[in-house]
Amino acid sequence: MDGLTKAIELLISFDPEVMEIAGRSLSISGIACLLASLICIPLGSLIHFHHFRGKRVLINIIHTLFFLPTVLVGLFLLVLLSRTGPLGFSGILFTPTAMVIGQMILITPLLLGLTISALSGVSDEIVDTATSLGASGFQTVWLVLREARYAMLVAVLIGFGRAISEVGCAVMVGGNIKGATRVITGVITLEAGKGNLELAMALGIILLFLALIINIVLNRLQQR
Amino acid sequence: MSLIEIAGITHRYDERVVLQNINLSVDRGNVFALIGPTGAGKTTLLRIMDLLEVPGKGEIYFDGKCIPRSGKQRLEIRRRMSFIHQKPQVFNLSVYDNVACGLRWRGEEKDKIAGKVDHILEMVGLEGYENRNARTLSGGEAQRVALARSLVLEPEVLLLDEPTANLDPVSTAKIERLISYVARQRNTTMIMATHDMSQGQQLAGMIGVLLNGRLVQTGNATDIFHSPQNEEVAHFVGMENILEGIIVANDEGIATVNIGGNAIRAVSNHPPGKEIYACIRPEDITLALSSTQSSARNSFQAKITQVIFLGPLSRVEIDCGFRLVVLVTKISAEELNLRAGREVYATFKATGVHIMKREISQ
Repeated sequence: MDGLTKAIELLISFDPEVMEIAGRSLSISGIACLLASLICIPLGSLIHFHHFRGKRVLINIIHTLFFLPTVLVGLFLLVLLSRTGPLGFSGILFTPTAMVIGQMILITPLLLGLTISALSGVSDEIVDTATSLGASGFQTVWLVLREARYAMLVAVLIGFGRAISEVGCAVMVGGNIKGATRVITGVITLEAGKGNLELAMALGIILLFLALIINIVLNRLQQR
Repeated sequence: MSLIEIAGITHRYDERVVLQNINLSVDRGNVFALIGPTGAGKTTLLRIMDLLEVPGKGEIYFDGKCIPRSGKQRLEIRRRMSFIHQKPQVFNLSVYDNVACGLRWRGEEKDKIAGKVDHILEMVGLEGYENRNARTLSGGEAQRVALARSLVLEPEVLLLDEPTANLDPVSTAKIERLISYVARQRNTTMIMATHDMSQGQQLAGMIGVLLNGRLVQTGNATDIFHSPQNEEVAHFVGMENILEGIIVANDEGIATVNIGGNAIRAVSNHPPGKEIYACIRPEDITLALSSTQSSARNSFQAKITQVIFLGPLSRVEIDCGFRLVVLVTKISAEELNLRAGREVYATFKATGVHIMKREISQ
């Protein structure tokens, strides 16, 4: 109880360390989510609007990767980016850049799968209507994307939620370096381990608060 | 010259043949109705005409030019047509944006679009609805948005698939008025699929009967409804009295037909001995309580077997040696006190009997 009171004090007083960590979490996950969206929305559209052999298999693989373990992505990147690894020369291991890449990899299948689902939710009749009203192929795709805009936004928010709440990859490729790569989940793990529950709790509350906001927005969107 | 022409189109969905060797041409400014039961292939034919589907076999000509099976030219031609689908699909946008989208896709200027959209919304009676989300509209309103969205493009060809299916009578009347107004005012060529025969009769100059993927008969309303080409068409167009018979004599175009031992007179050039069907529309038969002097060549004493009231009309079944169905107004039925068991006289003209040759089934 004492820990919770102190955590709330840290939040109310806008404790610089808490704010810095929360800000970093938001920016890393936000950028990862934005970049993943920029890749997944066009790629998802491409997969949805084209008929090719193995499409069903590809979609099944994407769905399977929804459950990609975060530590596995961390491990993969660690091997890749470590000094002796194939991309070691980049020198981005234990930097926010590596964390952004990690989270992007983590949420790409999710965003891709949900984008395809969102587009599949737009009926074929809408596509036919647009085509018969004289829309070109690109104009039809754009209209379908607009029709699916709420479902796509839900996909992006779910992706953001997964990115900001993951811990394995962020710690493995970020290194949890104070003042550089510490994010909410990493700090909670570290500080809780050290017995410093106030900071862990304060950050936990922020994470829950973010989840609450995302949930409210999702509910609003799903009602449209 | 035909604006749109279809030559030898055959189309399959998997192994099922949905259209079989369809040949059809519609002149500029004409209204053509495709009538046929559900599943006859009307929608597929319209989709092929709108270039939404590529037929398995056959060609489509637009304004004299053969349309390629792929490529940019299809989009250019499609932009000269518009298709109103059976179930109107409005986009999840405002009414204004729904109506404006086709113009935007054609690169029209913003000011011109605003003027055209306002005008068309007024024409379909949706002024003041501009900012409403189209998904919140009723079925009739959504159909009017779909109509406005197509009409605003001023297409040369308007394709309509069951434009009033599932609408209430008031909305149906509104849509029908709009369609005939546009056809008259803009000289738009229209091809309309409907299973509502009265709608086809009312709106179209020419009618094609599509049955099981085959265009069985094409002609004006009188041809189709009074002179069906075969038993299938006769059944579909509501020819309830289809009697099997044989021509026993023919005196200068007035044939005597033996229907189960009863002789009826009909206008026909078929020679004696020909096996035929004699078709009589139920509304072409009159009923009276006593034998009256009439120019009609066929008059039979009959017994009413059943009377069914159908709103303003009554359907009367009589037995005059052969079974006949007669449609009379409700008022007449009440005045004559028509009921089962009553003796009546049924009269019909020789010109009211349509003779079709009987295909002998293998």
